Amino acid sequence: MEIFAVLGIPLIGGILLALFGCRRWAPELNSAASFATFAASAALTAKVISDGPMLAWNEQFFVDPFNVFLVALTAFVGFTTSLFSRPYMRIEQHHGKLSINQLRLYYSMYQLFTFTMLLALLTNNMGILWVAMEAATLTTVLLVSLYRTPASIEAAWKYFILCGVGIAQALFGTILLYFAAEKVLGADGTALLWTHLDTVKDQLEPTVLSLAFVFLLVGYGTKVGLAPLHNWLPDAHAEGPTPISAVLSGLLLNVALYAVVRSKVLVDGALGTEFAGNLMMGFGLLSVVMAAFFLSRQKDIKRLFAYSSIEHMGLMTFAFGMGGPVATFAGLLHMTVHCLTKSAIFFAVGHASQKAGTQLIDGIRGLIKTTPTVGWGLALGSLAILGMPPFGVFASEFLILTTAMHTHPWATPFLLVALGVAFAAVFSKVQPMVFGETTEQRLPHPPALIPVFVHLGLVLMLGLYIPPYLADWYRQAAALIG
Amino acid sequence: MNPTDIAFQLAQNTLVVLAAPLLMGWVNQCRAWMQNRTGPGILQPYRGLVKLLHKDAVLAHDASPLFRATPYILFVCMWLAASLVPVLAIDLPLAPAVDVIALVGIFALARVFISLAAMDIGTSFGTLGARREMLVAFLAEPAMLMVFFTASLISHSTSLPTIVEALAHKEFVLYPSLAFASVAFLMVLLAENARIPVDNPSTHLELTMIHEAMILEYSARHLALIEWASSIKLMAYVTIGIALFFPWGIAEAGNWAAVPYALFVLVLKLTAAGFGLALLETLSAKMRIFRAPEFLGTAFLLAVLGMLVHFLLEV
Amino acid sequence: MIPFSAQLVNLFAALLLLIAFAMLSQRRILSLINLFAMQGLVLSVSTLIVGLTTQQHHLYYSAALTLVLKVIFLPWLLHRLIRKLNVKWDVETMFNIPSTMLIGIVLVVFAFNLALPISQLSGTIIRSTLGIAMASVLLSFLMMITRRKAVPQVIGFLAMENGLFFAATSATYGMPMVVELGIALDVLVGAFIFGIFFFHIRETFDSLDIKHMERLKED
Repeated sequence: MEIFAVLGIPLIGGILLALFGCRRWAPELNSAASFATFAASAALTAKVISDGPMLAWNEQFFVDPFNVFLVALTAFVGFTTSLFSRPYMRIEQHHGKLSINQLRLYYSMYQLFTFTMLLALLTNNMGILWVAMEAATLTTVLLVSLYRTPASIEAAWKYFILCGVGIAQALFGTILLYFAAEKVLGADGTALLWTHLDTVKDQLEPTVLSLAFVFLLVGYGTKVGLAPLHNWLPDAHAEGPTPISAVLSGLLLNVALYAVVRSKVLVDGALGTEFAGNLMMGFGLLSVVMAAFFLSRQKDIKRLFAYSSIEHMGLMTFAFGMGGPVATFAGLLHMTVHCLTKSAIFFAVGHASQKAGTQLIDGIRGLIKTTPTVGWGLALGSLAILGMPPFGVFASEFLILTTAMHTHPWATPFLLVALGVAFAAVFSKVQPMVFGETTEQRLPHPPALIPVFVHLGLVLMLGLYIPPYLADWYRQAAALIG
Repeated sequence: MNPTDIAFQLAQNTLVVLAAPLLMGWVNQCRAWMQNRTGPGILQPYRGLVKLLHKDAVLAHDASPLFRATPYILFVCMWLAASLVPVLAIDLPLAPAVDVIALVGIFALARVFISLAAMDIGTSFGTLGARREMLVAFLAEPAMLMVFFTASLISHSTSLPTIVEALAHKEFVLYPSLAFASVAFLMVLLAENARIPVDNPSTHLELTMIHEAMILEYSARHLALIEWASSIKLMAYVTIGIALFFPWGIAEAGNWAAVPYALFVLVLKLTAAGFGLALLETLSAKMRIFRAPEFLGTAFLLAVLGMLVHFLLEV
Repeated sequence: MIPFSAQLVNLFAALLLLIAFAMLSQRRILSLINLFAMQGLVLSVSTLIVGLTTQQHHLYYSAALTLVLKVIFLPWLLHRLIRKLNVKWDVETMFNIPSTMLIGIVLVVFAFNLALPISQLSGTIIRSTLGIAMASVLLSFLMMITRRKAVPQVIGFLAMENGLFFAATSATYGMPMVVELGIALDVLVGAFIFGIFFFHIRETFDSLDIKHMERLKED
């Protein structure tokens, strides 16, 4: 029941907003729908914690500790982002950058995007997972080009084509997976259900599955933003409206990584080797190193944090690739804290660049004087994302690094160098933005930045103290992934 | 080798050589109809040959014996090629002597002589035509060989009668590889016989002509022989195409009773082929000479693709 | 000896590959759309034949879906779009076609080799066509890379989907119906978004040439 509420509310919300998105109360409706989704997902989480994994509707939907944790996270960040976007998009409209119809498109697509992500997370069918991932691209592509500037259209086109090509590879991987599964499970339509696949994974044909995994990794990896398939990511993040950058970075990348990890579980079971893990570690490490070195060359603040997202997604992929309880635990924790921190940063960056009227780093100076809350939000967020203690990112990165030292010592220097370079690059760019000299006057009204500080507060809490039930939950999920 | 076989071989040779201008005439007539012209009638090539044979030959002062000998060599080469192709029945006494590779060699021999003869006089047009001919040929030849190889892979032999035997009289099987090969062969046929879109047989525009540029200096009986050889060449290519891709109806080895039926089917096929050729020529436009390598490169790639598909689907 | 229906499907598979190559070398947008429709038709007919011979009833629906979506609707939409955008007679200047085709051949060899071990494991009568399906996916991919205009890129994208669909049919007699419907829905929505995009691109850049869209890159 809760599953249908989680999926139904954003779907209905999307349809309603498509009809009434022009009304004055559309932003409130958007937030209300997001809040209802969050409430439903909280109920679902409570149920899964008390009753354990569950299936619904002919086994088409499946909830276990791994995906319910992502569902809750997605619904939560979806809700806070809708709160943030309410004033943000209004100001954009007042600045004349968006028309009322574009806003209607935005609100409607925002809900549908949430729906596709939740569908991707909750479905038990690997085929529907693909369909939902593709639908997530389709719903966001028009949002990336919302401003209709040449750059935004170019970014959206690139996003569309690259992710379309990538996702086609994933479809081929899914076909191969079905092909292998059909021989064991028969062709009665259950052969793509993850729960069924999981029970027979050791009987699946290893050659086919290893090839399938390559295609799935390349396909979904494009959406994760793994190097060298990351080209669309900085453009799409930089040119879309900031709330969309926040959910792309914080949520969509997670969901794509979720798809990769789900596939990895099957492939590991079939192969019994480190093949899938090694592949993921390779891609992950490449992304971390590549992104770190690109960070220092960025002039646009949103591009800067987009590259930071690539770096962190690479780190998570690396962690899941290593496998084992500790690394997987760290990967899940990193997923959570990165999602919260990065969306908080994008909220702060959104306000800052909206006030300054530019996204160029050189154009934004002295935030601490003009808008102290934004300045502090950005400063703390950047410190958090760079892995400064006591924030949660430090804890997860620390766990990943120590595990890497134990099991794959060769990778540690690369990771350390990359993290160091990233620190230097981001810090040197954010510092003058926050503390630099400015001629601009202090603004009379401080912006509402509750979401930023709520997110950062949570990240801080996760760094200092992980509540036992949460830790237990992560451990369960880690055990599922293996 | 018994006398009947030899008689049959001779009969087929004569038939092919005599019927070749008729095919040419039919193609031209069809083209005329499609372009809303009355056309000269399908017997026009014969009239042209008779007219040319009655004239006195004019030779350039610097012409070497090679120039004079070339029309005869050309004619003999084409005749030989045409007589190697099984058109009515499979067991030709001459056929075991050469296989498809040699057949390509015979065409190459003819081409070498006509190109040398074209350059022999030293006019600029002759040299230009010879060069262009070589440009086309060096791309068409490998494509042609690839087409033959695809067919030989199916029948495990490079001998043309064996290939035809395997395709025509074994159990009916669809060969996707031959679909590729047939498209490639069609492209080679158009290029080798100086048809549109590679060359236009009825133009003397210096910018475009290839084949006509080479034979500008020939007259009277020499020209007649060359024209005749060209029509035999077309006949040979069309019958090769029929033998490889539409061999049904050809008489089996030793089965003389089937020959009349085979003849009937052959006439039907040639009529259809001529009509198709004319249609193709009417529908397409002559391409620039520098696009010809692209055209033939495509033909070659298609033939290679046919071979690859053979390995994938038919082994 | 393979049964006749399988031979027929093999022939159609070869045609599919032939069309994929023709698309790779086709310069005119109008012909490209017609080729795409033809590819859809070949796909639909071969799916129907497989369905008829193997008594897999859901393949009838797949064939019908392909027919409606990829032979009738999408080509119609594309025809309409290029008329509205006034690019009907557009000819693309492409970099050297023979070298593109040569790369295509290499891709075909690669795909055939990759598919060989998998198709040997398959139990379908038309398993050997998996290599062709994979090859046409890669060829469409190549087409998307080499094209500089928006419409051909989209056709490449849709052709790639055709190849994937054929792969599903040849390896496993098609995916479960619910997945196939979902994929069809995605393609449909995708096509609409492409259409909207064409107008946006034209409005913004005055042309459908992607070369105007090279501003966003790392310097």
